[in-house]
Amino acid sequence: MKRHLLMGLALLMLAGSAVAAAFDYGLKARRVADGVYAFIGHTEDFDTVNGGNIANAAFIVAPGGVIVVDSGSSLRYGQQMRAAIAAVTDKPVALVINTHHHPDHFLGNQAFAGVPIGALAETRQAIAAEGDAFAENLFRMSGDWMKGTELQQPTRTLAAGPLEIAGRRLRLLAFDGHTGADLVVVDEASGVVIAGDLVFHGRAPTTPHANVAHWLAALDRLEALTRELGFKVLLPGHGEPSTSAAPIRETRAWLVWLVDAMRQAARDGLDMNEVLARPLPPEFASLPLAASEYRRSVGHLFPAAEQDVLEGRAQ
Amino acid sequence: MKFQRTLSVSAFCALLAAMSLAVAQTGRVDPLDSARWGDMHHSVLADAPFEFDDRVRVIAPTTAENPMQVPVTVDATALPGVEEVLVFADFNPIVRVLRFFPQEAPAQLGFRVKLQQSTPVRAAARTADGRWHVGGTWVNTVGGGCTAPSAAAASTEWQRRLNEVSGRQWTEGPNAGRLRLRIVHPMDTGLVAGTPAFHLEEINFTDAAGKRLMRVETFEPVSENPVFTLQRGALAGPVDARGRDNNGNAFDARIAP
Repeated sequence: MKRHLLMGLALLMLAGSAVAAAFDYGLKARRVADGVYAFIGHTEDFDTVNGGNIANAAFIVAPGGVIVVDSGSSLRYGQQMRAAIAAVTDKPVALVINTHHHPDHFLGNQAFAGVPIGALAETRQAIAAEGDAFAENLFRMSGDWMKGTELQQPTRTLAAGPLEIAGRRLRLLAFDGHTGADLVVVDEASGVVIAGDLVFHGRAPTTPHANVAHWLAALDRLEALTRELGFKVLLPGHGEPSTSAAPIRETRAWLVWLVDAMRQAARDGLDMNEVLARPLPPEFASLPLAASEYRRSVGHLFPAAEQDVLEGRAQ
Repeated sequence: MKFQRTLSVSAFCALLAAMSLAVAQTGRVDPLDSARWGDMHHSVLADAPFEFDDRVRVIAPTTAENPMQVPVTVDATALPGVEEVLVFADFNPIVRVLRFFPQEAPAQLGFRVKLQQSTPVRAAARTADGRWHVGGTWVNTVGGGCTAPSAAAASTEWQRRLNEVSGRQWTEGPNAGRLRLRIVHPMDTGLVAGTPAFHLEEINFTDAAGKRLMRVETFEPVSENPVFTLQRGALAGPVDARGRDNNGNAFDARIAP
């Protein structure tokens, strides 16, 4: 009996290492609405176990082809995503859209080379400027999952407004705030709003390129969008899809608290190490990645709050 | 859940800190186990007598998100009679960060540094007997802080605002007696091709009567647009901050309470 158990354990361990060795993200398309599917990433930071599968990606099966929104964090992710799409439809990919310039959303582009890849103009510039450095950093954080990954830049500039692709009508909305350019894709037929990283759900938001005031303004407009008649599903950039605006409110609550905490700390005369050491309020204590994102955000946002106080703009 | 664990760890650390206040832990074996300690003792402390001493505290994040702006707080107030504090980072291409001489002010200073790679960040506090008391902590970082161009390199704003000082004193609340200031300066290390070293060298803090609170000597690794936090000590009234950079550009600013 005991020997069987041990053997079973050994087999399990073998199976585990075989999965890791194959670098299989285990991507399965989840249907979120008619003709719209999502790959939901782990609500974690990059590591060598998740291989960078920490963000959501989506695809829309249009009459004349497939529209892909975001391509994941590596060549392997892009390839496996393409295979998982092929398991749902044999239609060709007509367009890949990158919502913004963060590496967990565009480093799978390479698997779609030859297909038009579209992004906002500012996103294209930012990918050109920072893409290689992002990829280098992900090799450090996700290890061999990144093997073979090279920067594939978008090839087409998108702008806000209606866009008909492969016989499906999309509405593109151009915001900024999470980064310098954040694209939201509304699929008119299904009522799905693909929000990119303007919305986090069940995971603390990240702020390395954030302009929080602009981000909050974008959230207000997104929330208005969820009150439109055709609205069905909100797909955040990280976390579970939702049929309500709850993830928008969750993201807003975090950001409002965060900037207020930075302002208050600066007004109180705290040094950055003292700001880092502050406890999280109870309502965010159990939010995944809250402690680490708070610490990262102090580095991103506290210097400006501090400058305002020292230069007498915030008494 | 994770956060609760962090809390209990910090509670434990606070307990340890409280215990260590009761009995100073000193020794000759590097608690940070750095391969560079022998070199540091020779090149930075000139082989002078020393001991590792936990009364000299260096507070910095275990992992630094931004290697260009790593917050460091040095607190040697638990050690009586500190005349000079030298801050350095074993594995930085420019090892010395800054040096300060607390006079009327307590031996305590907050600032930010550029780190090139993961390294111990140390403070050595010299007492009147010439002995160095060394404390420190490891900071892990992705690196590149010293060979990345300053943000100023991308704009000309710093040329208009060079050496502009902004600051404030706190006279009430939990941080009464605290002084914070920010100086606009690119603090170029000289390690970026085509950009010569250009950095602040000296800041003197005095009260209105000219009595000196603290003298600070700053080296290349201090972050761009440096921000300093210090306690003003027993003196009241406005504080004057006077200093210059290595090109002779001077500043003279008064920070009212």
